[in-house]
Amino acid sequence: MFDNLQDKMDRVFKTLRGEASLNEWHIDNALKEIRIALLEADVHFKTVKDFTARVRERAVGLDVLTAFSPAQQVTKIVRDELQALLGGNEVGLALVGSPAVVMMAGLQGSGKTTTSGKLALHLKNRGRRPFLVPCDVYRPAAIDQLRIVANNVKVPFYEIGDLRDPIQIARNALQEARTLLHDTVILDTAGRLHVDEELMQELTTIKNDTRPSEILFVADAMTGQDAVKSAREFDERLGITGIVLTKLDGDARGGAALSIKSVVNRPIKLVGVGEKYTDLDVFHPDRMASRILGMGDVLSLIEKVEADVDRKEAERLAQRVSKDKFTLEDLRSQLQQVKKMGPMSQIVNMLPGVAGKVKDEDIDENAIVRMQAILDSMTKKEREYPQILNGHRKKRIAKGSGTSVQEINRLLKQYLQMKKMMKTFSKGFGARKFGKMMKGLPPEFLQ
Amino acid sequence: MAEQKTIFAKLKRGLFMTHTEIIEKVKESLTPDLPLDQSAIDGLEEGLLGADVGAELTALLVARIEKRVRDERVTSMERFTQVLREETRALVPQREASTIDITRAKPFVILVVGVNGTGKTTTIAKLAARWKNEGYNVILGAADTFRAAAIEQLQMWADRVGVPIVKHKAGSDPGAVAHDTVTAAKARNADVVLIDTAGRLHNKSYLMDELSKVRRVIEKELPGAPHETLLVLDGTTGQNGVNQAAGFLEAAKVTGMIVTKLDGTAKGGVILSIMRQFDIPVKFIGVGESADDLIPFEPNAYVDTLFE
Repeated sequence: MFDNLQDKMDRVFKTLRGEASLNEWHIDNALKEIRIALLEADVHFKTVKDFTARVRERAVGLDVLTAFSPAQQVTKIVRDELQALLGGNEVGLALVGSPAVVMMAGLQGSGKTTTSGKLALHLKNRGRRPFLVPCDVYRPAAIDQLRIVANNVKVPFYEIGDLRDPIQIARNALQEARTLLHDTVILDTAGRLHVDEELMQELTTIKNDTRPSEILFVADAMTGQDAVKSAREFDERLGITGIVLTKLDGDARGGAALSIKSVVNRPIKLVGVGEKYTDLDVFHPDRMASRILGMGDVLSLIEKVEADVDRKEAERLAQRVSKDKFTLEDLRSQLQQVKKMGPMSQIVNMLPGVAGKVKDEDIDENAIVRMQAILDSMTKKEREYPQILNGHRKKRIAKGSGTSVQEINRLLKQYLQMKKMMKTFSKGFGARKFGKMMKGLPPEFLQ
Repeated sequence: MAEQKTIFAKLKRGLFMTHTEIIEKVKESLTPDLPLDQSAIDGLEEGLLGADVGAELTALLVARIEKRVRDERVTSMERFTQVLREETRALVPQREASTIDITRAKPFVILVVGVNGTGKTTTIAKLAARWKNEGYNVILGAADTFRAAAIEQLQMWADRVGVPIVKHKAGSDPGAVAHDTVTAAKARNADVVLIDTAGRLHNKSYLMDELSKVRRVIEKELPGAPHETLLVLDGTTGQNGVNQAAGFLEAAKVTGMIVTKLDGTAKGGVILSIMRQFDIPVKFIGVGESADDLIPFEPNAYVDTLFE
C-alpha cells in the first residue's frame, strides 16, 4: 500500500520538471493522497487535517534536490512529522511510591486483563515485585481470568474474598501490598464506556484513593474514529499518564495511535504484539509511522537489508566459504554487516513467519557485542590463522576485550561449527544462494 | 415498530448531524442556483468520516449528494436531509432487516466468531436469553478453550440464563467441544446451539485454520450445520472491519454480523463498506449491557440515525 502511496505521489510530481522548488499545486495533490492514506488507516479526520496542514507548510517552497525525487522529499517530511507526532524517545514507566500503583483503564475488550498479566511479567523480569489486583467485579469470570493469568505468569494475586466493591478492593489490596512488601500494584479495572457516568466516577474514586503513578489507557489498535472521544474522556476524567496499544499483531494500520496521541498528548508506552505473555513491547514511533502509512515491517526489512548490506561483501564472503577459506576475519566482517541492520530482536521479528515466534529474551544482543570485542582484540594474523591462538594469546585477547578465555574458546568452537555447517550448506546450495543466506542470521546468535 | 424506534434512539447520542455548526454550514450554503459551498461539503464529509464510513465511500457519497443538490436545486434543509438519507440508503445493498430463522433446522447450529474482545461471549448470552424466553431449548458450547477463564465466563452466563452448556478443560481441542455440543444438542432434542470460539486475529493463518476445522467438525456431525456463522464486530472498529470480514468469510464462511458496543459514541460506519463488499447482512446490534439491548438490525433505521 505504501507502494501505492509512493506511486501516486510519483505521478503527482511527474509534471514537475525543471522547477527550482516544490509548488503548491503539486503539494496539494500529493497531500490529497496522503490524506486518503491516513484516513484509510483510521486516523481521526481532524488530526489528518492538522497534520496535512503542517506538512504543507514545511513542503511549500522547498528546494527541489537533485538527489531525491520530489515525491521522496515530501514522503520524508510526512514520515518525519508522523514520527515526531507519535513521540520521540522511548518513555519508560514511572513507578513511584511504595507500592507504586499502576491503574489499567479502557473500553470493554481492549485487552486490559491480558495486558495486566503481560505487564506484571515484564516488571517481574526487571526485578520488581508486582501484585495483580482484580477490580472488575462486573464482567462474569473477569476475576477468574486475572487469577489464571497471574498464576500463569507466576505473580501474586489479590484474593478479594467477599468484597464486591472495586473501590474497597483497591484500598484493601494496597494495604495488603504494603504488608507483603509488593513494590508495584497493578489494578485491572473493568472495561467501561466513556459515556457511563457512574463507572467513570468509580474510576475517579479509585484514582483519588490509590494515587497511581501510572494510569494507562489501554486501547485497541483497530479502533476507528471514536478513539479520539474515548481517549479524551478518559483523560479528562482521570488524567492518564500513558497509552498501551493492543492487538498490534493484527493487520490494522493503527491510525488510532496517532489520533489518541494528538488528543491526549501522552506517550504510548507499551504495545501488545501477540497472544503470549511475553508479547509486550516498547513502542517504536518509526515503525508505527511506517505502519500507518501502510508500509509493512517486511518492507522495511527489505529496505534495511538493501541499504545496509553490502552486496559485494556478501558475494565475497560466499566465495570464501565455498573455498573453505572462511576465517575469523570474515566472521568479523559478517558481524559488522549484521550489526548495521539494527537490534537483532527488531530484525528477527520483521522476518515473515518468524515474527512473534522468537522473543526478545531469546536473543542476547550483548553476545554479539562481546563477540565483536573479542574479534577486535585479535591481531589480523590471528583472525586469518586462528590455529595460532595459544593460551598466551588468548589471555591477552581476554584482557583486551574485557572477556574471559572461556568466552574466547566458546567463540572459537562456534566458529568451527559454523565453518563446518557452512561448508555442508554451500555444497548443496552453490555460492549464489549461499550469498543470500549470509544475509540471514546464523543460529549461533540465537541462544 | 414504535418500540424499535425508541431503542434506536439509544444510538442517536452524539450523532454528528446534531452538531449545530455542521447544520449551519449546510444551511448557509443552500442558496438557489448555487452548488453547495466547500464548507458544507467539508462538514458533510467530516461527519461521514467521523462515523467510520471510510474515505472511499465518503467520497462517493459526497459526490452523489453534491450532484443531486446541484441538479435538483435543493435549497431547503429538509429536502437536503432527505437526499442525504436516500443516497446513503442506496449504498446499502440489503434494505430489509435480515433475521435469523431458527426454525429452519433442528437443532439450529450457530457458530460465533470474531477477533479478540469484540463481545462474542456476552452476545451469545444475550442470544441465548432471547431464544430461551421465546420458549426454545438452547444449548451452549464453550469452544473458546484458549483464553483464560473464557469457559468460566460462558458457564456463568449459562447459569444466569438457565441453559445447559457443553465444556471441556481449558486448553483442549475446540473442535472436540464443538463436536460434543452438537451431539449433545441432538441427543437432548435442543432447538438452538450457540458455539463460542476464541477471539483470533484474522491475519493469523494457523488460528484461522483451526476455525475452519471447527466448522468442518460441525458440518460432519450434522450436515447442513452450522446454519449461521456470525461474525461479532466491535462497533468502535475502524476500517480494519473490512479485513476482518474478509478473513472470517474465507476461513469460516460467515453468514451474518452482529455489531456490538454501539451504545457509546461510535457509529460503526464501517458496516456500510462491509455490506457493500461482501454479502454479509447485519443481524443484530448491541446497544447496552442487558439482554434486550441486543436488537435486530434495521438498515433504514440505522442510516437514518446517521443523519438525525
